[in-house]
Order: sequence, then C-alpha cells, then structure tokens
Amino acid sequence: MFYISRRGFLQGTGAVSALTLAGCVTTQSKARVVVVGGGFGGATAAKYIKWFDPSVDVTLVEMKTQYTTCPFSNAYLGGLVKFDDITHGYGAMGKRGIKVVNDMVTGVDPVKKVVTTKGGQNLSYDRLIMSPGIDFRWETIEGYDEAAAELVPHAWKAGPQTAMLRKQLEAMEDGGLVVIASPPNPFRCPPGPYERASMIANYLKAHKPRSKVLVLDAKDKFSKQGLFMEGWKIHYGDMIEWVPAAKDGKVLGVDAKTRTVKTDFTEHKAAVANVIPAQKANMLAANAGLTDKSGWCPINLATFESKLHPGVHVIGDAAIASGMPKSGNAANTQAKVCAAVVTDLLAGRTPGLPKTTNTCYSLITGDHGISVTAVYELGADKYGGVKGSGGLTPANAGREFWKQESRNARGWYANIAEDIWG
Amino acid sequence: MSVKPLTVGAFLLAAGVALAGALPAKAADMADVRLLVSNCFNCHGTNGVSAGVIDGLDELSAPRMSKALKQFKSGEKAATIMNRIAKGYSDAEIDAIAKYIATANGN
Repeated sequence: MFYISRRGFLQGTGAVSALTLAGCVTTQSKARVVVVGGGFGGATAAKYIKWFDPSVDVTLVEMKTQYTTCPFSNAYLGGLVKFDDITHGYGAMGKRGIKVVNDMVTGVDPVKKVVTTKGGQNLSYDRLIMSPGIDFRWETIEGYDEAAAELVPHAWKAGPQTAMLRKQLEAMEDGGLVVIASPPNPFRCPPGPYERASMIANYLKAHKPRSKVLVLDAKDKFSKQGLFMEGWKIHYGDMIEWVPAAKDGKVLGVDAKTRTVKTDFTEHKAAVANVIPAQKANMLAANAGLTDKSGWCPINLATFESKLHPGVHVIGDAAIASGMPKSGNAANTQAKVCAAVVTDLLAGRTPGLPKTTNTCYSLITGDHGISVTAVYELGADKYGGVKGSGGLTPANAGREFWKQESRNARGWYANIAEDIWG
Repeated sequence: MSVKPLTVGAFLLAAGVALAGALPAKAADMADVRLLVSNCFNCHGTNGVSAGVIDGLDELSAPRMSKALKQFKSGEKAATIMNRIAKGYSDAEIDAIAKYIATANGN
C-alpha cells in the first residue's frame, strides 16, 4: 500500500525526471542548492536544507545585509517595538555552513542552472529555491508609482518605507485624517492592512486622539473581519472607519503631492496616506520565466517545484500555493516542506506528501491579540485544513484571552525570527 | 540561541524505535516526521528552544508532551491556540512528534 501510494504520488507530480537528475548528482561530491531571497521563505529554506541534510552545499543570495520584517512592522508603527527589533542580519548563516552572497540577482538560467549576480558571480545549482516576494502593479492606481511612493508610502515592503510612514504619523497634527488604501486579492498578508489600521489608531489614541483612520478597500470583506471590528469598537470607537468597495472604497487614483486619495465619487484629502497597491510576484520571478498570466508563479503543490521550469522551486508570497495565505509564517512552513522535498530529491529519495501549518497573529492593541491557524493537508488541487482543526480566535473571547494572544503574538515573533535568522 | 546538534543517526535510531508500530504512511517516513516537527518551531523555537514567552519544548519528556497534546486535542486542557492546532494531528502523529522532540533534546 505504502509504496503504491508513493508511486502514484510520483507519477502525479512529474517528479520522475527530478529523480533521474538526482541520480546524476550523486556522482558529484556535494549537491548544490542556491536560494534566492533572504526573507521568511528563503532564509528558512537555507537553514532547513542544512537541518534536513547538512551535507548539501547551500548558497543564499540576498541583496540586503539587514532584513526588516513586514510582520511586526505594524507594531513598530503603533509604538510597541523599535525598528531594530524587526531588523535581522545573516550572521548566523555562516556558522551553519551556509554561504551568504549579498548581491543583486541579475539573471536566472533554468536550463544551464546558473544564477548570475550584479557583482559578477555565476552560481551553479542542482536545485534552485526562489523566494523573491512581491512587486506592485503600479499601473492599477493612477498617479501612484515608485516616485509617488517616496511621498505617500506603501510600507508593504518593510524598511525605509516603514520608517517613512512612522515619521509622517509623528509629524501629523492632532485631528488629521490617515487614509489606508487596502489592495484587492491576492496580496501579501491578508489581515495586514487591518492590523495596520489598528496599530496606527493605537498610536493616535495615545498621542493625537482627535485624529481618524479611514480604510478604503478594494474588497467587500477581509481576513479576521469580525474579530477586527469587535476590537475596533471596544478600543477605538469611531476612530477607525472601513469603507468597502461596494460603498466607494476602491482607490483609483492618488495625487501624492497633495496627499489626495481618489475613489469613483470622492476625493479624500489625507494628512497621512498609506497606499498599498495591487500585487504580483517579484520581477526576479517574472524575469526568470516563472510567472504565468496571473503574475504569480504556478507550482506543483506537493513539491513547490515550478510548473514552468523543472529544477526551480518557488515558495512564499510569489508562489500560487492554493489554499494557503501569502503570510510570513506560511513562507516559513512552505520553506520547510520545500527543504524536505529538495533534500529528498537530491539524495534520490521520494518525497512524502506534505502536511504543514500556518499561524497568524494580529494585534489590535498591545494587549489585544487575535489569531487564525490551520493544519494543512494537500487535497486534489489545494491545501485544506484537517477537518475540525484550526480556525479563528473565538468571538467575544474576553480580555484575558486577548491578552494571552497578544503575549503569544510577541512570543511567536521572537521565535520565528530566531527560527529563520537566528 | 543554543542549538543542540541533531544527528541523523540518532534520529533514525529514535524513529526506528518509535515508529515500528502501525502508523499511517505519512508519519512512518523519517523525513515526514521531521517535517511535522519543524512546524512546531515557528512558535516554539528551533528544536523547541524558545526565545520568547511561549513555552519551550526542550525540557519535556515524550510521554508528557504526548499527554498534553492529546489533552489539547480533546479539549480536556484549555488553551488559546494549541487546542485548535492539536486537532489537526492523529494520536500516532502526536506520539511521533513528541518522541522526536524529546529524543532530540536528550529527554
């Protein structure tokens, strides 16, 4: 039974060629894996390749020497943590025997199996793991482009953009209007814009209590909606207003110089505007020919191997991991699946069927946390939760429960950061 | 952080002992047990060594961890989130996970 099911799995996934490849690789001294992207997906993959099989030669390519995380960047905006707390380096990679190349990737040749960098490196691989993250569809909001984002931040790739948004909030006068434009699906971190509204309100309530947060949404519903609205009512009253697409919430244009955010029928003059545009896989994935017409990367769900280029695996926000959200935690757990698969394939073993998880905390105040979690098994065409497991924080859970969840949110961040960069 | 060295040999031995029973195919495979276990680490720390306020797993014996997880699963033990997560695993998977983490940490 066991072997029959495994063979069925193999035939279903097209991994036979990969095994043939692995047979050739064994003639080399060491199998080589290159990982592109040092965020939640890539840095986890590099570490866990070594965890699953220390004999594999692993090279991590990441442009930045310091990585600022999107998770907990809202807590930074809300004044709960410092910028340094959400910024991590790659010092620990070396002691695990992982080679770190801080350079920009300029090309991926999936046929010759080489990654080239701006600094002139040619990195050959037996298997490539791409975790490049997202880029924005700048063309979807009139007047909003990379130059405009220097005045009106998106802060949806953490770093200088996050710091800019915080500075603008600090400079704003009491009584000002903060506008957040929330993007259409699919996008990085589904509860993120609503946690951001919460954390900005957390800051404003303490320092500028006459101010208001207006969330203009390209959607009519959102992640953890009931829990957010429950918390907003308790802690912020009328300070946060959410406008769904059906009620003229969809942002169509921005005048960055005057911080005017435009919908079909209304022009909102903001004191601080935070415009999060529609998204797609990072251009590194597109340039490597890994994206389809959706702008994202189609993958074999069991192996995270690209459907377009064998030998290349795509994980994290860039991948179409049907059934799983685009979250930092999902990128971490996908990286673990991918690391297990890749080390199996390189050693000539047949990978098992993955079972994995996602846990996602959001903070409404420093003492009010909420969560959603899932234990996934792979179905016919998507990941699905094991029956009876997972789900949301219960409604009306109460202050003790919310406080414990806020503590766990901080504990989660400390441990996942350590699990990735530590 | 302190990472205890995890040798493949030790795990094969531990898993061989732990998994000799009638487990489902998924948990019977060594790599799959390690994949299940690695999913504990995003909240509890790599190898169960916690850097934050969430309980570490590195000082628990296998029977104690198995018992706690099964109590979370049944609802006998209250939790904010582990009850939701534990319901996603079979008792055999829980036993394999507990055995693996305890053995890795020398418990």
